[in-house]
Amino acid sequence: MTLFSLSWNYIKAKPLNTLLNVLLMSLGIAIILVLLIFSTQLDDKLSNNKKGIDLVVGAKGSPLQLILANVYHIDFPTGNIKLSEARTLTRNRLVKSAIPLALGDNYGGFRIVGTNHDYFNLYQGQIQEGELWQYNLEAVIGSNVAKRLSLKPGDEFFGAHGMSVADLEHDEAVYKVVGVLERGNTVLDNLILTNIESVWQVHEHADEHEQKVLGSAYETGFPEGDENSEITSLLIQYRSPMGAIQMPRMVNANTNMQAASPAFETARLFSLLGIGINMIRSFAYIIIVIAGLSIFISLFNALKDRKYDLAIMRSLGASKIKLFVHVILEGAIITSLGGILGFFFGHALIELLAKYYEKSEEVGITGFTFVTQEVWILLISLGVGILASLLPALNAYKTDISQVLAQE
Amino acid sequence: MVHIENLNFGYTGQEILSIPRIEIREGQHMMILGNSGSGKTTLLHILGGLLKPKEGKVTIDGIDLYKQSATARDKYRGRSIGLVFQKPHLISALTVQGNLLLAQYLSGMAQDKDRIRAVLSELDLVDKINARVKRLSQGEQQRVTIARALLNKPRVILADEPTASLDDDNSSRVINLLKGQAEKNGASLIIATHDQRVKKEFDLHLDLNES
Repeated sequence: MTLFSLSWNYIKAKPLNTLLNVLLMSLGIAIILVLLIFSTQLDDKLSNNKKGIDLVVGAKGSPLQLILANVYHIDFPTGNIKLSEARTLTRNRLVKSAIPLALGDNYGGFRIVGTNHDYFNLYQGQIQEGELWQYNLEAVIGSNVAKRLSLKPGDEFFGAHGMSVADLEHDEAVYKVVGVLERGNTVLDNLILTNIESVWQVHEHADEHEQKVLGSAYETGFPEGDENSEITSLLIQYRSPMGAIQMPRMVNANTNMQAASPAFETARLFSLLGIGINMIRSFAYIIIVIAGLSIFISLFNALKDRKYDLAIMRSLGASKIKLFVHVILEGAIITSLGGILGFFFGHALIELLAKYYEKSEEVGITGFTFVTQEVWILLISLGVGILASLLPALNAYKTDISQVLAQE
Repeated sequence: MVHIENLNFGYTGQEILSIPRIEIREGQHMMILGNSGSGKTTLLHILGGLLKPKEGKVTIDGIDLYKQSATARDKYRGRSIGLVFQKPHLISALTVQGNLLLAQYLSGMAQDKDRIRAVLSELDLVDKINARVKRLSQGEQQRVTIARALLNKPRVILADEPTASLDDDNSSRVINLLKGQAEKNGASLIIATHDQRVKKEFDLHLDLNES
């Protein structure tokens, strides 16, 4: 017999009451954990994918759309910009590097991105199988693409126009897979990479090239093109912080292109999402407070019947402090159980949702990951138990044994 | 063994009861007689270290109970004083054995299951060792409280109308049991009762109606 097993026996003696309190507690904790893990992972993903990109330049339209389409590849592009204008822009001394992107096609719902090897290096991509693209119509696919569409090096496919699956196929030009990337939890996992010229070639319906054509700028820089050639966007890295002050204004005022900062736009997006997240979180805290209150009420009510038990324990030699700890332990055990159960619920729920929504799996949301703040959540649940049992414990501490025993 | 000097205590308001001097020697037992409301329970609580008297001194085995700190007194009571109350109050969340283990744990004694088994068999309760206390009859419950009082081999056993809720037959059995067990364990029994039939079995009598 220990104080712990004593408290545990009291908890076991009221299984339904305990179940209710534990479930309430675990529900609150689970909701908070789901939000915490989800928003942490989303935040990680978003900041991972915008690393190294200071500015995105593309066609005029919504700046948020520009970022979503060209950095995260989840929205439609705003339109195209002239290759020559893009090229001029990169001569600015504030630009350290610029990666051109040409979007517009997909295969099996995965975007085909015309770009150069700089883009691959920006995300520190790793080749798992095969090699990087060099010739036009050679494609390197992300790990998710390979898994979902069961593609491997040597396979061929036709791109489809647009960004979603059911669109018209370009059956004139066939892409050939030359490499598969390792999973890196970046946008690369869900992309099909090729030369910009491949994208042009598919769209121009040019004469069928039977022979392989080496891309004019597959490693870095811009492809040759002509005066009508267009690309979708430019991912720019500044040479100095001065760029952040001058570049966007310069682009937006002096050209018919638009510039948007990923940092600024994602912060704006998160502040919008944040309202919803904060509301659900407040709701979860309310549930936890109610759980605490429920534990308080059941302890407080039980204590009326337990006055005699406590007096007996005192008569058997228990000190006041011991009884105080005994009651505190009871509340703390219940909320800790709730916390632990909520911990499992939360992680299971995330994993379940991630499995259920393919999109969240693509983004790389998983329940098998731990965030340091979770420790705090579990400490909070312990704290709620101690807080809820404080007053009942104080009552236990103050029990006048002689009076209680004589009352019979 | 138990020594009372110049005890003054009030109960149910203002009434004062005073006991100038009582000495219970080793192996002696005392019976406290009195109508309900005469202060029997209060006196037993004072003797058990549960209630500080207004004035006076209670010494058990040379230890002045109320000169000790509250925590030390709690500990001393757990080890050296066995208490049996009117109603057989046990911790219903625990089994018979759990209740007895608790008594050993709270008094700071070693948790000794052999000792528990021995005491229970003395009281014919071994087969109930793992029973929930709610499942026991009143008489069985009262016997468990006696086992609990004897468990730590106390020097003094204080029993407050232990037979109040029992019929006559069971009453005298319980009192005889208590006395026999006290003698076996070398403890002094101090019992409050209105059961005149057992009067002759006690060496010392204290009648609170007379004072």
